[in-house]
Amino acid sequence: MISVSNLKRDFGKQVVVDDLSFEVKPGDVVGFLGPNGAGKSTTMKMLTGFLTPSSGAIKIAGQDIKTHTKAIQQKIGYLPEGAPAYGDMTVYQFLKFITQVRKIPKARAQQRIAYVSEQVALNEVMDTSIDTLSKGFKRRVGLAQAIIHDPDILILDEPTDGLDPNQKHQVRKLIKNLSKDKIVIISTHILEEVTAVCNRAIIIAQGKLKFDGTPEELQKRSAYHNAVTIKLSYLSDISGLLEIDGVIDIKHNKETQRVTIFPEPGKTILSQVSAHVQEVKLPVDMIFPEQGRLDDVFREITQTSQGEVL
Amino acid sequence: MSVVWTIFKREFASFFATPVAYIFILIFLVMSGVFTFMFGGFYERGQADLLSFFNFHPWLYLFLVPAIAMRTWSEERKTGSIELLMTLPVNTMQIVLGKFFAAWAILGLCLMLTGGLWLSVNFLGDPDNGIIAAAYIGSWLMSGAFLAVGQCMSATTRNQVVAFILAAVFSFMLVLAGSAIITTLFQSWASNAVLDTISALSFLSHFENMAKGVLSLEDVLFYVLSICAWLYASYLIISQKKAN
Repeated sequence: MISVSNLKRDFGKQVVVDDLSFEVKPGDVVGFLGPNGAGKSTTMKMLTGFLTPSSGAIKIAGQDIKTHTKAIQQKIGYLPEGAPAYGDMTVYQFLKFITQVRKIPKARAQQRIAYVSEQVALNEVMDTSIDTLSKGFKRRVGLAQAIIHDPDILILDEPTDGLDPNQKHQVRKLIKNLSKDKIVIISTHILEEVTAVCNRAIIIAQGKLKFDGTPEELQKRSAYHNAVTIKLSYLSDISGLLEIDGVIDIKHNKETQRVTIFPEPGKTILSQVSAHVQEVKLPVDMIFPEQGRLDDVFREITQTSQGEVL
Repeated sequence: MSVVWTIFKREFASFFATPVAYIFILIFLVMSGVFTFMFGGFYERGQADLLSFFNFHPWLYLFLVPAIAMRTWSEERKTGSIELLMTLPVNTMQIVLGKFFAAWAILGLCLMLTGGLWLSVNFLGDPDNGIIAAAYIGSWLMSGAFLAVGQCMSATTRNQVVAFILAAVFSFMLVLAGSAIITTLFQSWASNAVLDTISALSFLSHFENMAKGVLSLEDVLFYVLSICAWLYASYLIISQKKAN
């Protein structure tokens, strides 16, 4: 369990993390979101004991990170931003070095190296020096070293940055496969990632906490949540849609011939809309419910805060 | 201790993973040859000893040791691997020591490779080998002090060139601490006690007897304490200023 209370960090006059408090329980997969420069990486650096907070406290498994840094670092697997590694080593040498520093017994170390290289698909490059690897491979080497000691807490700073869609999928699968009683914190600015792997989202902007809840709650904040979009085959009269019970607004994009129908808050309108479509025989190619557009919600949450500052 | 050894192995291997170690060793050998034979008059002196070889060591180390020390921390900062290293459950002091001993071992290796000279004097004459062995130990100790200064400078910056220049300047001042160049700077305003203290820090005067094969406790202690002090300074700098 991680408990962060009134965490603050400044670099000179610039306050990067401002009075941040939250708790993370085992089983939580937290998506740590925020615009660039919001303080995500700085918070992660403090969680891993790399930076010391200016004020506030971080407790991990009941221990204060200030006094029990080494004990806590043993429990944490950390992928720093940009996945730094020692470029002159081969992947195998590097992973072995990490197991030695972490004092994993030899036999188990071999087992773990084989296991993690299988997990993140590194087998083909085990004897290649890290400098010559592609960005995707480097990122996976970083992931491999983070999970090599089977940590209780995994902190990943932009784990899928620079990966192609297949690799992203692989990494997300890996995170999901991690044991259920672990804590995973992932920083990202890719919103789809949060709905794909996380069961909790924390949004910060200007170092302040802006949102803490499930990805579903985040989606609910969107005007598009529970909205229904239909695609028309050709232009036709859609004014009838507004008459449906529970519909508050419609938006018609004439170029794509898509019409989005917005419900009153808390209402679902899919069945009514489809009934209406059949009733008046609208020429509809497609009809689908909207999940809620996270991009809009994200912008709304993080930009209003910018307004406050200005 | 095992962590120091792990860091040592990694650092030592990394010198050889790139051409750094090979070039360094080559230049070390060429330069020490140039100093010994051309400036030291190894043959002309007609003496079966290595004084002309050891006498130049402070000057050799002055620019060669900063070259091997400059990457120690600067590179970690530049590539961001410092973040990885400092979030592993290891003590900063263990890393400082591991890095120091790795580079010091390279310097030891360089000295060993000059063994050809030792064989030559034995072939040409009948030198006192005890003296030569003592001078080798003294030289290695002194190189450690230069190295500790250089690594400390490397800890302050992410730029290797800056680290090199800082290390060379600091080493230069320490080499010359007892000479007229430095003392005249202080003479006009500092008291004699200060002046004596500064002179006592001189690498050159503490090596004078060592080059002749005399290992006095005072000189040995001076270099050992210098190494400890500069390593501790690196430790403080790294702990205080992990991120940029």
